[in-house]
Order: sequence, then C-alpha cells, then structure tokens
Amino acid sequence: MTHLLVTPSALVFAVALVLVALAISLKEKIGLERDLIIGVVRAVVQLTIVGYVLTYIIRVNRAWLTLLMVAVIIFNAAWNARGRANGLPHAFAISLLAIFVATGVTIALLVAAGAIAFVPSQIVPIAGMIASNAMVAIGLAYRSLNTQFRDLRQPLLERLALGATLRQTAIHVVREAIRTGMSPTIDSAKTVGLVSLPGMMSGLIFAGIDPTKAIMYQIMVTFMLMAATSIGSTIACYLAYPQFFNSDMQLR
Amino acid sequence: MPSPLLTLSAVGYTPHATPILTDISFTVMPGEFVTIAGPSGSGKSTLLRLIATLLTPTTGTITYAGRPQSSYEKTAYRREVSYCFQQPSLFGRTVQDNLTFPYTIRQQPADPERLTAALATMSLPAAMLTKPITELSGGEKQRIALLRNLLFEPKLLLLDEVTTGLDAVTKDTVHQVIAEANARGVTVLSVTHDDRELAQATRTITIAAGRQEVSA
Repeated sequence: MTHLLVTPSALVFAVALVLVALAISLKEKIGLERDLIIGVVRAVVQLTIVGYVLTYIIRVNRAWLTLLMVAVIIFNAAWNARGRANGLPHAFAISLLAIFVATGVTIALLVAAGAIAFVPSQIVPIAGMIASNAMVAIGLAYRSLNTQFRDLRQPLLERLALGATLRQTAIHVVREAIRTGMSPTIDSAKTVGLVSLPGMMSGLIFAGIDPTKAIMYQIMVTFMLMAATSIGSTIACYLAYPQFFNSDMQLR
Repeated sequence: MPSPLLTLSAVGYTPHATPILTDISFTVMPGEFVTIAGPSGSGKSTLLRLIATLLTPTTGTITYAGRPQSSYEKTAYRREVSYCFQQPSLFGRTVQDNLTFPYTIRQQPADPERLTAALATMSLPAAMLTKPITELSGGEKQRIALLRNLLFEPKLLLLDEVTTGLDAVTKDTVHQVIAEANARGVTVLSVTHDDRELAQATRTITIAAGRQEVSA
C-alpha cells in the first residue's frame, strides 16, 4: 500500500494547484482570492484536526464517542443548512430534526440489515456522507421555498382568500421544494459511474479493494443517500412551510 | 330592524411608520350592495383585505354577523366572506384546476355539470374547462376568478375592481352575474371606478388618503 502514501512534501507540491486557481482569479478579476485562501486554510486545519480525532475515535472504539462524533456532524450540518434558510424562523431546530431523523433512520436501517457494522470506522464516515447530502438537499429545499413564496405570493394569497387551509394553500410549493431538494441526489444516481466515480468507491479502489466490492458499497451509498435526502427534505419542508404564515393564517 | 352583517369601528392599518388607513367606521346590512370609491392608492384594496382577514387591523375592530372577526376560524370565515382580487392570477394548469379548487378545499367532489353551468353564466363555453390558463385573455381570467368565489355562494362578496380593464360586453356579463348574486341575497362590497356599478349600489363609501370622507 506504499503507493497510497501522500507525503507532506507531496502536499506542498499540491499547493501549486491552488496557486493556479489564485492566478486565474487574479488575472480574470473574479475576486475569489480571499475565499480561495480561506477555503485552503480551513480545509487544511479542519481536515488535519478531523484526521487526528478520527484516529483517536477509531482506536478507542467506544459507542458513546462514536455517537458524540455523529452528533457533532449533525449539529454542524444543521447549522449550515440554517444559513441557507434566509431568515426562516426556527430554521436551525427544523434542520437539526430533519438531519437527525434522516441520518438516524438511514444508519439504523443499514446497521439492522447488516450492511455496515456499528464501529466508528464505518459509522462516522457514513454519517458524514448522509448528513452532508441531507444538508445540501435541505438547503436547496429552503431556497426553493423562499423563491416560491416570494414569486407565487399572489396565487398563494388567492388560495388563502378562498378559504384554503395552510396545507391546501402551500402543498404544491412544498412538493416542488422537496423535488428541488432531492434532484441532485437523483441526478447523480442516474449518472453515477458514467460521469462521476463517487468518493467512497474511488477511495476503496484507491485503497486496493476489488472494484466489484467497491461498487457494491457504492450502490448501497447511492440508495442510502436517496432515502436520507428524501426523509430530510420532506421533514424540513413540512416543518418549514407554516413558518411563512403568521398566526392569523396570513402570508408573512 | 335586522342587525348589520359587517361593522367596522375606528379601523386603522399602520403596518410600518406610515398609516395606510385611519379611523374607518361603517356598517353593511345583509343584502346590501355597497361600493367603495376613491382615488388610486387611497387604501381601498387594503380595506377589503382587512375585511377578508388577509391583513389584521392595527387599531379598531371589525365585527361580522355579530361576532368579532378575530373570533372566527379563518378558513370558515374566508369561505363566507369571499375576496376577489384585482387582476387575479389563476393557478394550476387548466381552467378546471381553478374551478375545482373550491370543491377540493371543502373535500367535495366537483360536479362537472355545475362547472359548465357556472361557465355559461359568464358567457363562457363548456370547452373552456380544459383550456390551459396560459391561453386565456384578461377578461376570461377575471371571469374564471370570480366564478371561484361564487361556486359556493358566499354571504359577503368583496370585489376589488373586478371590471377594470374589461371590454363593454364582458363588463355587462360580470355586472349581471354580480347583480344576480346580490338578488339571491349575497351582500356585495365592491371597490370600483365603474359608473354603472356605482349607480347599481345602495350607497357608496368614499376613501381618500386612507381616511373616510363623511357622506352627506
């Protein structure tokens, strides 16, 4: 497995790749230099810390520590999803519940089916994948809700004026937002293997695992992400849409 | 003497710093046809939206059928006090989607014969049911929207310049439908600039710059 060793000096050479991106940003006046540098610094710092943390968690192999790590991942994912909610009331609580249930249910099913074992080396990466996909799905769903509640204000008002309940008023908006949240997962499921060789599969092949075995894992991951994003965006949308109305059943 | 259907007492609406409506007070008796006149931007549409519970007054009270408006369950109230928008936007894909909506929200099956009969009252053909809403003219849209309000007859019909921009023939049809509903006992409160509607009305309330003008 020596061919897998990335030495610190090799990483330093990789910095040259960042310089290419920086040079392009400067030359083309894209104005992303600051974000690029922040991104690079954060990636290095965060991943280094996580590397050491994961090594420790995997070594001590305690259930509570594994669950704590999963909780941290879910909390961060919810915090990020809240950022895309554009001021929606209770966005953090809604995101936290949605991502918690999506991650919890999916992992519980995978463990119950024997697809993965309850060991930190499997639970933590899988939880990370699920939570991050749920986070993206929920973020997109929030954006769709915000856009629709703004653009479709008049037809929504007309439904309310005719005596529709909040659900009858907003159900088509909610459905569209769930669709929007799930569409990247469905699109990537359609093109998986044709366009992208996803991270998990690539990582296993990199590590010398038989590609057919790696593919079986990837199929599991694809299905798992479909379940997680649908659970996550459905919960988030159903809890979020009433926030667009006040207690008098009026549009905010 | 019958009790009023609608009573506004010192109603005001100041959502931010500037008041849109101040100290509006009037009553509407059952079966009346009352018009609200006044220049553009004087707060007439806001007044209808307050009565329709799409906005809540910041001062004063609105009483409907003897009870404070706030004591009603909103969906039940809005099915009785039906507001038709100025330049309504239809929803869904076809005319049918719009006309079945009042049935859907009441969890009742829509009766196709009832829908075609309703279209006929507005001089619209039965074939219009399946027409996509994107292919309708402004006058057709306005008539379909009004039908949504009338399929289940409301007690109080709030009309927000529903004949503005319609051609003379369509205007006549719409006036006729409104007059017939009024004759059946539907109370009408209509914001309008239309001379014929003003003449049709039992009386007119005039609003200017958010205040009610004292009638002679």
